[in-house]
Amino acid sequence: MANRQEERAEVDIQHNGSVCEMVFSGKWVLAAERPKVDSILHKLRAFDAFTELRIETKRVVEWDTAFLTFVRSIFDWADSLSVEYSLDELPEGASNMIRLSRAVSEEKGSGEVKKLDFFTQLGESTIEILRGMNRYFVFLGQLLIDLYAFATGRVRLRWKDFFALLHSTGPMAVVIVSLLSFLTGLIIAFIGVIQLQKFAADIYVADLVGLAVTRELGALMAGVIMSGRTGAAFAAQIGSMQVNEELDALTSFGISPIQFLVIPRVLALVIMLPLLCVCADFVGILGGMIVAVTLSEVSLVQYMYQVQAAVAFNDLMVGIFKSSVFGLIIALAGCYRGLHCGRDATAVGLATTSAVVTSITWIVIVDAVFAVIFQILSI
Amino acid sequence: MTEAQDIITVKDLTMAYGEYVVMKNLNFSVRRGEVKVIMGGSGCGKSTLLKHLIGLVQSRSGQIFYGDQLFEPDGKSGERIRRRFGVLYQSGALWSSMSVAENVALPLEEYTRLGAAEIREIVEFKLSLVGLAGFGHRYPSELSGGMRKRAGLARAIALDPEILFFDEPSAGLDPLSSRRLDDLILELRDALGATVVVVTHELASIFAIADRALFLDVESKTALCDANPSDVVNDPSFNKKVREFLKRGEV
Repeated sequence: MANRQEERAEVDIQHNGSVCEMVFSGKWVLAAERPKVDSILHKLRAFDAFTELRIETKRVVEWDTAFLTFVRSIFDWADSLSVEYSLDELPEGASNMIRLSRAVSEEKGSGEVKKLDFFTQLGESTIEILRGMNRYFVFLGQLLIDLYAFATGRVRLRWKDFFALLHSTGPMAVVIVSLLSFLTGLIIAFIGVIQLQKFAADIYVADLVGLAVTRELGALMAGVIMSGRTGAAFAAQIGSMQVNEELDALTSFGISPIQFLVIPRVLALVIMLPLLCVCADFVGILGGMIVAVTLSEVSLVQYMYQVQAAVAFNDLMVGIFKSSVFGLIIALAGCYRGLHCGRDATAVGLATTSAVVTSITWIVIVDAVFAVIFQILSI
Repeated sequence: MTEAQDIITVKDLTMAYGEYVVMKNLNFSVRRGEVKVIMGGSGCGKSTLLKHLIGLVQSRSGQIFYGDQLFEPDGKSGERIRRRFGVLYQSGALWSSMSVAENVALPLEEYTRLGAAEIREIVEFKLSLVGLAGFGHRYPSELSGGMRKRAGLARAIALDPEILFFDEPSAGLDPLSSRRLDDLILELRDALGATVVVVTHELASIFAIADRALFLDVESKTALCDANPSDVVNDPSFNKKVREFLKRGEV
């Protein structure tokens, strides 16, 4: 125990006229308990003006960075008061390290981050937002030009890549889209049956499920799932190509990244999302049917007949049309974020996140706008 | 040297990112058939200069001429001039979704009317030039760093370019592979009759390949020297900073 006491990191301060002596002893290591630099500085300040600081370290048993940072802040303080001191009294390694840390860096001020006041920040972020909008319009304009070039046959599609994209955006997504749409149909029917039973109007659950799924939920579910699944994949894929200089390589070969990467992706999603939507419609109605048949008096045939009567061709088409617009939104958001990704791993993560967030936000907004438009047009 | 022999002429080029000026009023030229090295300390703008030369970044001011044509990356001339050069990026920048052979084939498919069989033959030939014969079916992720660079080189020479740009060819390579790549650069230069522009800070490479080396200085934001590196080392009349750089500070 006594031994331990000896090894404790301590500093003893003796003040004598113009000289102040600090005697260090014990184990000055990060793992051990040490005096706080603030309290020591406080004690030093309490003394009358002194012009010399002496350091005595013969009784220091062990030291590491803890000792260095401590001594360094004492010296910094001494510098500010132009108190004299000598580094020679420190253990040799320590004095070298302190000298090294105080060597003037060659690149002056480059490590500093400029702090901006509120209005400058506000102005800069406004400019950044405007620039972002500008970038987006440039992207859209370029896309339109390239789509026109594609439509007039001046740009060829690489069929192998395109089919691979169709495969990954369509068939590969059927299972997850079906599963979630099935469950959605189930839930809608469940809520419907319980409420409608109160009025003995069980049969109308077929109308509820049929209309909700075909007009809204089929397209919406497919859109949300695909923006999380494929929109994110587009952003991550194109973003990593940016990090890896693959986009630069395309540009320097004179191959437009929009023609090469964006057009096939946009086409693939605009074609595949309506198909997924149809799939979601049927599976959703199927899910509703299972609840209706098991929980209520409605029979299978009644349900089918009722759905057929309730859902018009227009309702189906409304959902399908919306889903192809959602496909466009997802592909644009994913590709745009990917193309404008920064050049490190964090940037790819950000690009992916914002691709998903923008596409889901826009899907919901556009869906709401369509609801109003269709209402006015009474479709 | 007459004007006609300069294949690239850079006039008063100023490069900047936002408010940070990288280089001011840069003037230099690259002669047809030479190996030009752009060197300098870290962060001096070597790679930025390369990006300007190949038109990935717009210059703040100044002009770049290829032959006597003004290079405007977004203009009509840009497309035509781009076709004349090949670029090897630092990490190879192979398109990761395509196999090595498809990578080399893509420029050929885009710019020539060759049939599939002929393209396959050319691809195999280019791969054999860089010592990767038989690796065509592999994907970039299945190659080592050195092999990726060589595959990138095969892609860069796919269209028989007049000018080859290299961004830090020896970065991340062991001394032997780096040496082999340097030899390959020289051999290709002789075989293709191409002009080569290399961005590097590897002293061994600089002395091995450079006909003339341009030194970019961070502090003055200009080029300090444009001469053969061996001459610079032996002649004390050249700028001290450049000599220090070339002798690892032992001047």
